[in-house]
Amino acid sequence: MISSSILPQPLARLPWRLIFLISSITGFGLVVLYSAAGGHFAPWANKQAMVFIFFLGVAIAISKIKESTLKALTFPVYGLIIVMLFGVEALGLVKKGAQRWLELGPIRLQPSEFMKPAIVLTLARFYELLPPGEIRKWRAVWPALLLLGVPAALILIQPDMGTCIMVLLCGITVMFLAGLPMWYFAGSAIAIAAAAPIVFSMMHDYQRKRVLIFLDPESDPLGAGYHISQSKIAIGSGGIFGKGFLNGSQSHLDYLPEGQTDFVFATMAEEWGMVGGVLLIFAFAMVIRWGMRVSQRSPTRFGQLTAAGLSGTIFFYVAINLMMVMGLAPVVGVPLPLVSFGGSAVMTVMICIGILMSLERQQRTQSRLE
Amino acid sequence: MSILGKGGNRYTGAHQSAAFSRRLLLVSGAQALVGASLIARLGYLAVAQNEKYKLMSESNRVQLIPVPPRRGWILDRNDKPIAINRASFRVDIVPQQIENAPAVIALLAKLLELSPDDVDRVTSDLADAKGFRPVAVLDNVDYAKYAAVTVHLPELPGVAPSRGYARFYPAGSAVGQLVGYVGTANAKEYAAEDKNPLLIIPGFKIGKEGLEKSLEPQLRGEPGGQRVEVTARGKLVRELTAKPDRSGSSVQLTIDADLHEYAARRIGDQSCSVVVLDVTNGDILAMPSMPSFNPNNFSDGISKNEWNMLSSDDHLPLVDKALASLYPSGSTIKPSMAMALLNAGIDRHQRVNCTGSYPLGNHVFHCDKRHGPVDMDAAIVHSCDIYFYDMCRRVGAEKLAPMIRSMGFGEKFDLPFDNQRYGTVPDPEWMMRKYHREWQTYDTINMSIGQGMVLINPLQLAVMASRLATGKRVVPRLLKSTPVVPQTQLAVDADHLVFIRKAMAGVVDHGTAASAKLPLDGILMAGKTGTAQTHQLSASERGNYTAALWKLRDHSLFMGFAPYDNPRYAAAAIVEHGGFGAAVAAPLIRDTLTFLYDKQKAIAALSAFEQTIGGTLEQRAARKTSAWRSAHGLPPATA
Repeated sequence: MISSSILPQPLARLPWRLIFLISSITGFGLVVLYSAAGGHFAPWANKQAMVFIFFLGVAIAISKIKESTLKALTFPVYGLIIVMLFGVEALGLVKKGAQRWLELGPIRLQPSEFMKPAIVLTLARFYELLPPGEIRKWRAVWPALLLLGVPAALILIQPDMGTCIMVLLCGITVMFLAGLPMWYFAGSAIAIAAAAPIVFSMMHDYQRKRVLIFLDPESDPLGAGYHISQSKIAIGSGGIFGKGFLNGSQSHLDYLPEGQTDFVFATMAEEWGMVGGVLLIFAFAMVIRWGMRVSQRSPTRFGQLTAAGLSGTIFFYVAINLMMVMGLAPVVGVPLPLVSFGGSAVMTVMICIGILMSLERQQRTQSRLE
Repeated sequence: MSILGKGGNRYTGAHQSAAFSRRLLLVSGAQALVGASLIARLGYLAVAQNEKYKLMSESNRVQLIPVPPRRGWILDRNDKPIAINRASFRVDIVPQQIENAPAVIALLAKLLELSPDDVDRVTSDLADAKGFRPVAVLDNVDYAKYAAVTVHLPELPGVAPSRGYARFYPAGSAVGQLVGYVGTANAKEYAAEDKNPLLIIPGFKIGKEGLEKSLEPQLRGEPGGQRVEVTARGKLVRELTAKPDRSGSSVQLTIDADLHEYAARRIGDQSCSVVVLDVTNGDILAMPSMPSFNPNNFSDGISKNEWNMLSSDDHLPLVDKALASLYPSGSTIKPSMAMALLNAGIDRHQRVNCTGSYPLGNHVFHCDKRHGPVDMDAAIVHSCDIYFYDMCRRVGAEKLAPMIRSMGFGEKFDLPFDNQRYGTVPDPEWMMRKYHREWQTYDTINMSIGQGMVLINPLQLAVMASRLATGKRVVPRLLKSTPVVPQTQLAVDADHLVFIRKAMAGVVDHGTAASAKLPLDGILMAGKTGTAQTHQLSASERGNYTAALWKLRDHSLFMGFAPYDNPRYAAAAIVEHGGFGAAVAAPLIRDTLTFLYDKQKAIAALSAFEQTIGGTLEQRAARKTSAWRSAHGLPPATA
């Protein structure tokens, strides 16, 4: 976007505004991690910075891949991830314990992470291949449900509720955008709403109790509700301008659990207040809007569905995490991308960004050719 | 476009593209809506509920470590301390933190020179300990030993040395039953106070018995607090500003500490209690109950052996005999009974011939002597039972009981003790209610000399003496802060009262208590002896007390007041199994009242008395302990 004679051509073509935006979000995240560690770069901020720089490189590398290559790779990659998910299950059986990752030499792979962008690409590819006239027919639905249902079920039994919900929501978003009849979605929603009380009444008492605590964690303030109560105290006590950098008592005195991972937003809001929170939400909104614009401008159906779906992935990450930390949703273990400490979420989001940059680059190239 | 999409037969790529744009708009709109609600929620938490969460965050961050208040003093009527606090060092064990308990206890025993008793106590306390409660190892540790423990702390996980205050009672066991004792709160008391964190601070003591317990609200005071910032795991981060504590308030008693201690020592080895009242206002000047426990030992945590020794003693050192023990009044009831007879119209010059026995049905009631013809005055002075059998039988119990009650028997007094027992003055109505039988003549005869169903405590006996002395309703009080109850006139004839007092003076002058005259010029005592039977003994056994087992002997009672002509003090003593009232109880009251007028003389009498029984209270207690220990195969106690 920056056209300068000083910069070499490939560099100048990068979407610098987006890179600046995600770097700012990550940078702010590093400040929060620095504070969460009691005013030290170790052990979180320094690692997070390195992880981000590495995956920024990966994203830029992905942005060089052509759309046609992406299309060609989609199904094989999807298949590979399904195999790995089965592998995780098998390993769990052998080791007699739940597992989420495969160890390949020094690298730990968590296949369910890759499924978040992969399901978007797969369904986008499926609907691209589907002739437009078939969209209202049964064959527009069942293969998609199968493609979505198998990985979702495999992830659910790991068990990883958060990732399962993310995969399902990303898949459903693509199916919705693909143009499946509206009543499918409305009907399913009504059916689930109607079935829920019946299923609930058939449960055992202890199962009901678990469901109730899952839905309303604050009914169990010392158990499941402890995280949410402490998180709300951190956010609420921050006020408009916060307690100031390095002054958050909730995080520094360890009252807020997971203050550097899932509940990093609470750590931030305690010190930076509502102002910091709103800024962060706007920054994410701009990233998502940029992704939706890529989708809007995309000349191909694959590009449209992929870009919107991947933007949706980033959106669901942010929305579910924030609802969780502010007590609007049960705690399901979804981190805040780029801000929460941890490599997997950065990796997933940067893969999404990379693919989005790739699609965006090709739009510009094409428009230049026109 | 939608018309085209629905109307057309074929759904083309153009339709699809239009549908995508619409759906994309819907998705974007939904996302924007979610974003807006997230911001609204953030605003609600951070702005609308800011105050609430700020408070919760503060209560997370700041914790109050209570600083125990100093316990209020207990003072006597002249500000002489009865219970005070002494600075002390102490060592505790926190059960949760201890590792390898036997090794730690062994090292502590070496450093603190613990007795085997203490080691036993600590080991058994530690075994029963519930996590929260520190186990006291030793109170009042001297500084050298305290320093030694501090130096060895790294080898002593769970051991907590600290400095604080220990309760101290200068008079020791002489005030044991009066003040009770303090001790560490147990799990039940902790729960009863809603888990008050103050109670589990090592070294913090609460009142467990007696005044220490009943005056707890005044004596405790308000804990202060060190405000500290702590992490979620309880680690201290830094200290914030402290909240000062407020010491408990002092409580002043009506007790005269010197008189009380004197009476306690004068009791000697008897199982006895003495009560001395100021008849002008009802102030209790002395109320020892002996033998007693030493409350100083209790406040340090008593050993199992010491407890066993106290609870197996037949002289009942753990019972407050002045308030919680009941005895037949014996002949001490006679002056009041005579008052009742006069009230019922009996002529005091009328004589009854005492032959030494009084047959009733197929039973014969006895008098201890053959008095011959006696009038009322002689019957009181020489304590003739048969006069009272006969006269009371003529009048009937219904007319006698109300007078006895108005003199204080059976009355409950409002004193700060929860262990008061107040006995019985029987009458026909009571007999029916309690035993479902008719009142019989022999009941009247038993009652006439204070036997049978008549039961009193020593305080009531002293109250009776004070009411006979004044003719007014004297009400005892123990706390200086409670107002004096205005003394109303009793429903007695002034002329009768003068006669009864004179007869009581005759008891001490030339009657049964002639040996108990006050050794003072111009001050005469009036009184009445009593000998209360506890078991049926033959006449020969009764005379020969050394032959009978101690437990079978009669109780020895005396009540009196002085000076006879202008009463100021009233006193009573009940000596359990002491024998004749005249022999033991009367001299005890004589010396006690002497102390109020001439301390030198009284103290000389006490030293002479203590010579005969083997030394002072402390010396005898020490000897008793070592005898008990050797009898039970225990090594001698360490000082």
